Amino acid sequence: MARRYDTRTTIFSPEGRLYQVEYAMEAISLAGTCLGILANDGILLAAERRNTNKLLDEVFTSEKIYKLNEDMVCSVAGITSDANVLTNELRLIGQRYLFQYGQSIPCEQLVSWLCDVKQAYTQYGGKRPFGVSILYMGWDKHYGYQLYQSDPSGNYSGWKATCIGNNSSAAISSLKQEYKEGGMTLKDAKTLAIKVLSKTLDMTKLTSEKVEMATLTRSNDKTVTSILTGKEVEALIKEYETTEASNEAMKREQSKAAA
Amino acid sequence: MECLLGIKFNDFVLIAADRTAAQSIMVMKSDENKLHKLSNNLVMAVSGESGDTTQFSEYIAKNIQLYKMRNTYELSPRQAAAFTRRNLAEALRSRSPYMVNLLLAGFDEKEGAQLYFMDYLASMASVDYAAHGYGGYFSLSIMDRNYLKNMTPEQGYDLLKKCVQEVHKRLIINLPNFKVQIIDKDGVKDLPDINSKSYE
Repeated sequence: MARRYDTRTTIFSPEGRLYQVEYAMEAISLAGTCLGILANDGILLAAERRNTNKLLDEVFTSEKIYKLNEDMVCSVAGITSDANVLTNELRLIGQRYLFQYGQSIPCEQLVSWLCDVKQAYTQYGGKRPFGVSILYMGWDKHYGYQLYQSDPSGNYSGWKATCIGNNSSAAISSLKQEYKEGGMTLKDAKTLAIKVLSKTLDMTKLTSEKVEMATLTRSNDKTVTSILTGKEVEALIKEYETTEASNEAMKREQSKAAA
Repeated sequence: MECLLGIKFNDFVLIAADRTAAQSIMVMKSDENKLHKLSNNLVMAVSGESGDTTQFSEYIAKNIQLYKMRNTYELSPRQAAAFTRRNLAEALRSRSPYMVNLLLAGFDEKEGAQLYFMDYLASMASVDYAAHGYGGYFSLSIMDRNYLKNMTPEQGYDLLKKCVQEVHKRLIINLPNFKVQIIDKDGVKDLPDINSKSYE
């Protein structure tokens, strides 16, 4: 039955669903995890790197974190080739705005323009939707630091902390538990990101090759974005492991004392 | 023939435009308004080809309003000036260029008072004071001599009066009335017209 309604995106199923859009969302839940955390003094994005073959040439220092303009960075989860098309489109939208108004595009406007493109692909004939969810971090003069998420249907929303990709619902619930409302510094956010990633990534030991991280802060009225080096990520992981080990030791001690 | 004047101070801008509408050698009316309000804290003074001035200022004003409706917040004066310049520059290179010269005066919470000078070739400059038209030959030197950044609105208005007085005295063309507006943190306000009675 479903085959009658899922070959084309423009057709609703009798239950009022768009199968192709739902399948696209499904594709993303298989993709590498990306998470974003908003702090008082900045934002960060962290992403899981899947292609870690050592024969791979290191032309690309980052696989799925892209700088969009002076004030925005995004990370993508989903089909990489689709994502390349979309990041290209995002950069074009940003430059078009800069060309017309002489200043960087406000964050929500950029997200909203891209979502208009994504939505069009769920409605106009013969096309498949983009199999990509995107996390955007940015700064603008209207609302300061902002974190957005958009999905293949063309919906978008603003977040304090969120996650897309593989195992994202588990990551979101642990972010919900650990996020200190209004009391996060960028340092806290980094620690939290490593903690959540190591829980969600489903591997015994987190390594710096597996994680990409980027931060966005403001200094001297300029936005500063930086992709963390392997060494910096390594340091964060080490720090996480030592605190985790000491917590473990403390727990053991306590249970021993109780016994 | 026409004359536009603008002066920027620490926390307000004054803008003035003559009220003469002329057709060839004939004065059609002397109560024309050449100051167009673009938003709550932005005014554009326009001179040039008479149809073009209305068409262009209306087009820019409506687009600035559209931006506000779409995004809930307004364009800053700087962005509005960039937008205006871009449209003028693009029209200039099309088959139907606009023949307009303009001054943009605005106030922004973050960036303070702003004044932009723009001509029909779409050159733009942010300036302390500026003038368009023959009146500029007389008034600019008066502004050079008397301008201070920290003048009060009254002192600023008197400076404008001096400029207009000189235009009346030395310019061969008859420009009896000037409409004046002030733009500050509270928005746009009309000030009394300047004419020969103002400085008698």
